[in-house]
Amino acid sequence: MKIRPFTRAILALLAAAFIMGCAGARAVTLPPEEPAMHSVEEFSDDERVAGIDDPWEEFNRGMYRFNYYLDKHVLLPVVSGYEFVAPVVVQKGVSNFFGNIGEVRTFYNSILQLKGKKSLTVFGRFVVNTTVGIGGLFDPASSMGLKRQGEDFGQTLGHWGAGSGPYLVLPVLGPSTVRSASGFGADAGVRFALVNAVDPFENIGHGNVLLAGITALEGIDMRHREKFRYYDSGYPFEYEMVRFLYYKMGELNVMK
Amino acid sequence: MKRFAAIMVFLVVVLPAAGGTAHDGYGYPVQGGYEATILGTPEDLKTAPPGRVAGKRLILNVIPGLRKPDVFFYDEGLRCTLARQDKKAPLVFLIAGTGGDDRSRKSIALLKAFYKEGFHVISLPSPTHPNFIISASRSHVPGEPAEDAADLYRVMEAAWDEVKGDIEVSEFHLCGFSLGGTHAAFVARLDEQRRRFNFRRVLMINPAVNLYDSVSRIEGLLERIPGGPRRIGAYFNRMMAKFTEFYRKGDFVEINDQFLYTVFKSGLFSREESGALIGLSFRISLAGMIFSSDVMINGGYVVPKNRVLTARDSLRDYLLVSIHLSFLDYFDEYFYPYFRNKRPDLTRDELIGTLGLRSIEGYLRASPKIGVVTNRDDFILAPGEIDYLASLFGNRARIYPRGGHLGNLEYRDNMAALIGFFKQQDRGGLTP
Repeated sequence: MKIRPFTRAILALLAAAFIMGCAGARAVTLPPEEPAMHSVEEFSDDERVAGIDDPWEEFNRGMYRFNYYLDKHVLLPVVSGYEFVAPVVVQKGVSNFFGNIGEVRTFYNSILQLKGKKSLTVFGRFVVNTTVGIGGLFDPASSMGLKRQGEDFGQTLGHWGAGSGPYLVLPVLGPSTVRSASGFGADAGVRFALVNAVDPFENIGHGNVLLAGITALEGIDMRHREKFRYYDSGYPFEYEMVRFLYYKMGELNVMK
Repeated sequence: MKRFAAIMVFLVVVLPAAGGTAHDGYGYPVQGGYEATILGTPEDLKTAPPGRVAGKRLILNVIPGLRKPDVFFYDEGLRCTLARQDKKAPLVFLIAGTGGDDRSRKSIALLKAFYKEGFHVISLPSPTHPNFIISASRSHVPGEPAEDAADLYRVMEAAWDEVKGDIEVSEFHLCGFSLGGTHAAFVARLDEQRRRFNFRRVLMINPAVNLYDSVSRIEGLLERIPGGPRRIGAYFNRMMAKFTEFYRKGDFVEINDQFLYTVFKSGLFSREESGALIGLSFRISLAGMIFSSDVMINGGYVVPKNRVLTARDSLRDYLLVSIHLSFLDYFDEYFYPYFRNKRPDLTRDELIGTLGLRSIEGYLRASPKIGVVTNRDDFILAPGEIDYLASLFGNRARIYPRGGHLGNLEYRDNMAALIGFFKQQDRGGLTP
C-alpha cells in the first residue's frame, strides 16, 4: 500500500505528459492562407526521398512527442540518477547481465531462422559469459572473438518473408514497425513463460517484488544504453530522418 | 567469407598506412579531396582524447519575449556547450560550420582538443543551424556574415554572462571552422568596436573566402549526377541501394567508421558519386535551414503563407520541396529579395560582395591576431582563392597539401599546430 501515492504521482505525470503531447492548440485568427512559392507537385518527376509508409503519422507524431516529454520528465532524470549513483563498473556489469539474458532470445531466434553458425556463437557466448563471466556480469566472450549478435522475433518474421508493415511509434519503446512490435510481444511472451518455468525466486519471499525491481532495473539500463534523444538534432525533419533510418536498419538486420 | 574479411583488413588497416608514405613529408594519408572530407582522419592518427570533460549544456534565452510556433515546441533556447577548467585559464569560443550545432562531430573534436590542453571552451552552433535561426537570429534569415556576426556576438555575451560567476578566465580566443571560420573573421572585427572580449588570437579553419562562391561550388557537385540536381531523390535512393548491397555482402556487424572506410576504399562510389554525396549532405542541411527560416518569418516560400503548423502535422512534403531547392534558388528567390526589401537600392552583386572576406580584407591584412589554416585540395575554394589567402595572411596562413574540406582537422599534427597557434605568447605566425 505504501507505493500507491508514488504510483499515482507517476500516473499523473504520464497523463500530464500525454496531454501536453496531444495539445496542439491552434492559434486563433490569421489571415487566409496563400500558396507557397514552391510546392511538392513541382518535383513530381523525381523519386521520393526517404519515402516510408506511415499511414498513422498523426498518431505516431503524437507518440514521438509524448516520448520526448516522458524522457524529459521521468526516464532521463531516473537514468541520470542511476548514472550518478552507480559506479561505471556496476553500470557495465548491469548492462552485461541483461545482455547475457538477452542471448536466450537471440539463440532461439537464430535457430528459428536456421542460422547454424550464429546459434553456435550465441550459445558459446552464453556459456562462457554465464560461467567465466560470473553469471553474465562480465563479457569475456567478446575478447575471445565471439562477437555479440542480435536477433529477435521481429527479425525471424522478416526472415521468413513477413513484410515490415507500417511505421509505428510505441510509447516508451519509440520507433518501431508493426512487425517488430509483434515480435517484441512474442519475445516478451516467451520470456514470461520461461521465467515462470524456471521460477528463479521460488524460495525467496516477495519474489514478485524482486522481479518487478529487476524489470525496472532492466528498463533503466535500456534507456542508459540508448544514446538517442528525441528532438536533440534540432533538425526540423528529424522525425522523417529517424523514420527512414529506423526502417533501413531494420531491413539491413533482417538481411543478416 | 574469410578471404573477404582478410581483404577488408588489408584495405582498412594497411592501405591508409601505406598512403602515409607520400613524398611531401605530410603524414595525413587520405588522397582525394572528397574522400578525405567524407572519411576524416583514421582513428590511430588522431590525438588521444581527454578523459572526462567537465562541462554542461547552456540553454540561452537570447531574444527575450520571442514567440515560437508550435512546430518548434521542442526548441527551448539556444544550446551551447561549456567545457570548464578548475583553474584560471584562457577561453576559446568555437563557431561550427554550415548546419552544425554545438555538439557536431567536428565541434566536439575541437572542444576536446582545446580542453585537454587546458582551455575553457564554449562551443556555439552555426548561425545556419535551425536552433540558431529560431532562437538567436534577430532576422531569422541567416547567411549575411555581418548580421550573423552581430547575432553571434550577442550569443557570446549571453553565454559569458551565464558562466562568468563559475569560471576564471585569463583571456579570450576565437576559433571557427568552415563557414564558422568566415564568421570568426567578422566577429573579430566587430569585437574591435565592442571590446567586450578583446580576442587575443583568432583562427579560421578551412573558411569560405566567399559564401556565395563556396556554396555554388558545393552545389556544382550535384551537377554531375544523372539527370542533374532535379533528380536528387533518385540519386539518394540509388546510393542507399548500393550501400545496402555492399553491407549485405560483407561480413559487417554494425555500421561504423570502419565500415565507411571499407566502403570508400573498395571504390564502391565513383569520384563523381563521392562528390555528390557531399552535395547531398549539404542539401539536407540547407533544407532544414530554409524550412526553419520560412516558418519563422512566415515567408510563404515552401510553407503556404499564414499556415499554422503543429507538432502533429506531417512535414514530408516540405522536406521533399526543400531538398530540391538549391542555394542559388534560395539566394535569388528568398535571400536577395529579403535584403532588397530592407535596402531597395541593393544590387545582387553588391549583396554577393558582402558575403565574403574581401569585404573586410583591409582589417584582415592588418590584424596580426588572425590566422588561417586550409588545404590545397579544399574544394570549397575557387581557383586563386588559396593564393589570395596566402597573400592576405602571409606567415599567418598555413596551407596543407591535402585533407579536403576539414578531413585532416583531427590529424594529430594539424591539431598540434592549431593548439600551438593559441598558445603562442607573441603574435607569431603559423608556419613552423
